[in-house]
Amino acid sequence: MTNTLHRYGNERNLSNDFIVFAIPCRGHNDKDSVPKLKRFLRTATKYNPVNLGDGSHGGAYRPSKNLNPTAHWSRESEPDFETVIEGVNTPTTVAAVFDNIQAVEEFVAELQKEDLGLSINISALIDRAQECCDDVGISRHSVEYSLGFMGQTDRLADRQVMELSTMCGHGMISFNFARKMIDWVKEGRRTPDQACNYFSRFCSCGIFNPTRAKEILEEARRRNS
Amino acid sequence: MTIDPKKCVACGNCVAVCPMGAIHIDPETKRATVNQDECVECYTCFRGMSTEHLNPTMVRTIRKIGSWLRWRFDPEPDVCPTAAITEQELVWPRVVRRAFSDPVVPHESTGVHGRGTEEVKTNDVTNRVGPDDAGFTVEFGRPTIGVRFWQIQEMTTALARMGIEFEKRNPVTSLMADTTTGEIRTDILNEKILSAIVEFKTTLANAPAVLQKIKEVAKTLDTVVAVGAAARCDKQGENRLEEMLIREGFTFNRGKTNLGLGRPSVEIAPARATVG
Repeated sequence: MTNTLHRYGNERNLSNDFIVFAIPCRGHNDKDSVPKLKRFLRTATKYNPVNLGDGSHGGAYRPSKNLNPTAHWSRESEPDFETVIEGVNTPTTVAAVFDNIQAVEEFVAELQKEDLGLSINISALIDRAQECCDDVGISRHSVEYSLGFMGQTDRLADRQVMELSTMCGHGMISFNFARKMIDWVKEGRRTPDQACNYFSRFCSCGIFNPTRAKEILEEARRRNS
Repeated sequence: MTIDPKKCVACGNCVAVCPMGAIHIDPETKRATVNQDECVECYTCFRGMSTEHLNPTMVRTIRKIGSWLRWRFDPEPDVCPTAAITEQELVWPRVVRRAFSDPVVPHESTGVHGRGTEEVKTNDVTNRVGPDDAGFTVEFGRPTIGVRFWQIQEMTTALARMGIEFEKRNPVTSLMADTTTGEIRTDILNEKILSAIVEFKTTLANAPAVLQKIKEVAKTLDTVVAVGAAARCDKQGENRLEEMLIREGFTFNRGKTNLGLGRPSVEIAPARATVG
């Protein structure tokens, strides 16, 4: 889930972007971790996550390998949390994405009580994660800071494309596809919600935040980057 | 990855989807074609796109008529209408492309999916990064630029000369011919991948010099380098790395916070268990 570390954006549009994930440690506590990972996900669903994911099998939005041509007019657009939870069958990283700090705090407080014994991390603005820890009464154990991009940064895309594309840190959302969807939304060929569904299906870990993406697309529609 | 010319209808959907920009419609054959040297086997097109199983001849005919009438055709942009994208059997050394580019394939060396690293995400269990350490993740090729192993080697050999300790449970380390020099095995040096993470730790005192070196080498590489710096916090949740990063002129607002709720379920060596 370094996948989540280098999300591009400003403090405003990152302030309500939270990924809480559980990860077993190989050779230490991965044995018998599957029921705990499922419990983590099941608990998360009580707090209205905007996405859920299993690093091995995918997120709550998935591509279909047998689409019926009528899908061009009506296509499944709701996240399928149950498939994610039921699909966990091996030690892996599982994640829940939230778009508000209250939900994160309540979720973390419940995780603390559940005492799963797995490593739990919050990937978010450092201050917001700290705020959450303070409110829940947790002293953070370790922190990893994103120091951003170095090297040939002129090869990167513009701000809005970067904001959308880096929401899948594994690079499954190409710059070209993000650009194409921004243009389609501006041209009125697709709604921001539809574009978010396309993006979410490419993110194989389920850590894409459709709420934030929608805000970025709405902003792109109103003005240039 | 390949695209079956018998099935492809040149709709172009896969062109924009490819993170490496390795797919184009060949003007002569009128079929989507993959540049095999640029393709990193990330499976974004194969796995990420939905598929229909329409008859290619029928789709081509409809597209031809639509094109002739100048109809604006507006299909779903993430669908391959004829399931033309085809996996190919990967053999060494090309197989490392997929291992480092397709996040759902676990790395053999670590058993971890994605880029194959645990970093400080499990530091509450391993205590790998202690209070006097700075842990680093240096990721190459991210986001969606790509990198070849010889470029990574430029960095790893420079860092090895600075007395850092490469993380043993890391996919890049496992492909080093010599971890003391940072040299990577020669048979994979020209392989292109979506991204890879070099992971190591050093002392807090050595961290500013290491960061300077990363910046210096990154400037010489024709790719992008994303850097993460990690610290173990004290009982109040504070750490000395943050202060050092600010002093060195780094600005940051995002990160990963390990809540310290993990614990080993089996006994681990006392020396590791007591660190930090």
